[in-house]
Amino acid sequence: MTGSVASIPSVPDPKLDQNIMLFVRLLRQIGFRTGPASMIDAVEAVQQTGLASKAYLYHALASSLIKRHEDQPLFDQAFRLFWRNPQFHEKLRALLLPQIRLPGGDADQAEDMARRLFDALGGSPETKPDALEEVTIEFDATATATDTDRILHKDFETMSADELRVAETAIARLAPKLPKRLTRRYRHGHQGKTIDLRAALRDASRRCGLVMPRFRRRIEMPCPLVILCDISGSMEQYSRVMLHFIHRLSAVQPRVHSFLFGTKLTNISRQMRQRDVDLAVGDVAARVDDWSGGTRISDNLAQFNGEWGRRVLGEGAVVLLITDGLDRTRDDGLSAQMERLGKSTSSLIWLNPLLRFDGFVPKSHSIRAMMPHVDRFLPIHSLQSIMDIADSLGGVDNCLDPSIEGWRRAARLAALAPQSAAAYAQEKE
Amino acid sequence: MTKAFQSVQSLQQALAAVGYIASEGLAVSLYLALAKARPLFLEGEAGVGKTEIAKTLAHVLGRDLIRLQCYEGLDINQAAYEWNYARQLLEIQAAGTDQTDAHTRVNALFSDAFLIERPLLRALRPGAGGAPVLLIDELDRADAAFEAFLLEILSDWQITIPEIGTIAAASPPIVIITSNRTREIHDALKRRCFYHWVDYPSRAVELAILQEKAPVAGAALQAQLVDFVQALRDKQLFKAPGVAETIDWAQALVALNCVALDPQTVDQTMGVLLKYQDDIARIQGSEAAQILAEIQLAATHGDAASA
Repeated sequence: MTGSVASIPSVPDPKLDQNIMLFVRLLRQIGFRTGPASMIDAVEAVQQTGLASKAYLYHALASSLIKRHEDQPLFDQAFRLFWRNPQFHEKLRALLLPQIRLPGGDADQAEDMARRLFDALGGSPETKPDALEEVTIEFDATATATDTDRILHKDFETMSADELRVAETAIARLAPKLPKRLTRRYRHGHQGKTIDLRAALRDASRRCGLVMPRFRRRIEMPCPLVILCDISGSMEQYSRVMLHFIHRLSAVQPRVHSFLFGTKLTNISRQMRQRDVDLAVGDVAARVDDWSGGTRISDNLAQFNGEWGRRVLGEGAVVLLITDGLDRTRDDGLSAQMERLGKSTSSLIWLNPLLRFDGFVPKSHSIRAMMPHVDRFLPIHSLQSIMDIADSLGGVDNCLDPSIEGWRRAARLAALAPQSAAAYAQEKE
Repeated sequence: MTKAFQSVQSLQQALAAVGYIASEGLAVSLYLALAKARPLFLEGEAGVGKTEIAKTLAHVLGRDLIRLQCYEGLDINQAAYEWNYARQLLEIQAAGTDQTDAHTRVNALFSDAFLIERPLLRALRPGAGGAPVLLIDELDRADAAFEAFLLEILSDWQITIPEIGTIAAASPPIVIITSNRTREIHDALKRRCFYHWVDYPSRAVELAILQEKAPVAGAALQAQLVDFVQALRDKQLFKAPGVAETIDWAQALVALNCVALDPQTVDQTMGVLLKYQDDIARIQGSEAAQILAEIQLAATHGDAASA
């Protein structure tokens, strides 16, 4: 737009350029992904607007350096600190340094992080030492292939560290069938339902005017997946395996949005996109600090519905909700939030490790509140159940799972009288 | 006619002169986009005036406005160019049996004469008063594949048509892209643009907008309206009302001959402000009455303080 704006002769100010450069470096260190092109933009932007007021400097830098709304608060803080006193920068960087090192490429430290997370998750006081020993002896005597067979049906909760490692390797090799939907994009071909006039006429110009029909058909694309995973105390034993499962799904499907929730909701989609699963898990461990705490499911769902729902649930997204549904508080908002979530997605699938118990009855208040709004209800406690999920996600019956009616009826019964629910459970057996 | 903006203020004033009150942040971003000939990417909730800025800008600069409304399945044929298949078929028929004539005619099937221009291609041609203003509206509604196609246009101001070649713009259009954030736009596209998050306006800005857009409502009613809407936005609603809703509400109240807010009118006209049943059910009745009482109290306090 050279014509519409008078060009202001830029006064080269090496001091200013240098300061902007330092500022951009600071931003990079706190996690901004700002390339050199953006830095040049920033310098030029500031030269354009001039330094008449600090507000101009702020807005000029903001519009050339911020690329995502989420970065704004961080940018604001950095701006306030940096432009108040440039010397402060050194001190600030020193403060930020240990944080920066963690998620960075330092493989050793990330591995260490993963190990620490592993200890925190796997080595709980409930793991009985004798059970561990027993398993180790068995391991000595059997071959790896048989190990996989044997641990297929074993609950993650009772697995030893070695068994978990085998399970994780198996998860890393999963080839899940993902839900797909027809898009409004077309592919050319010799068969199809609609005529592709452009291809036919291009062909005709080559055949000296002879028009032969060409066809096109709509193509299928995988739906986006949104995963909400509970990491509160009652899910402690499963969190690590779930992260591996989420990582595998993120690796085979580019559009996976994943969130962890405990006392607060954290978006871990970007971390999960890392190729190396151990680095990814390490990054998540560094970012999330509410492992094994309490949870209020409805608060987290409310936050998700309000802040993320409309951003990630488009294009026929399928939601995987991984939680045992145990919420100690009797919360009346839960049903409304679940309803909102269920109505915003094409399919809401609840994966619940509690289903490992054969006589499971949806008795808890919170589970009853959630049940009417889910489309499928599946167990996720063993390698076999994860493999079943991976096989069935792509099924067309996501929306009409016959067993869900049974679960809903059980939940309604449980609400009426606890005794009749128990009777129902017995009848089912 | 081309106007030159010497500074951010002059741009802000020019916009205000035709009834668009821009916040300082938006004005700076817009000024930079104009100065550096880069697209401006505007993100924000629905109804905060993202689309309006493009219309106003075209009006102020005296340029043509070319609007591309995005939707799912939008592809090159609807966005950039299409071949006139009917004419091509007729041409083939008309070619007849004369071999040499048929050959030249068929060879010319994919030439400018058979090309239908759609918004993006039209935006590369100079219009009245210079390069046009191109508004790519609600980009989040198109799918990710379409974004990739935009990359060539937004960085090099050109479109490649396989049958003809590359068509480049003599002078680049002014591009405004808007998104309601129903999905994330890819970083590669954002990188090429200046980014601005259009927030809900401050009380002063919203009051100025209302004076501009609904002057019939008296000053007292305007102030009351703005206070009420600003209070609503703090209520953690599923969808807070935007500026467009405030203006609609003011006009609705004027149509109802209302001079001051009272709980009954607020309840009756709540559907103008809030569009989700959950939100309406929450606010209607006692909550609305309470907000009203609070802003009336604050207003009398303010009057007392100023007196």
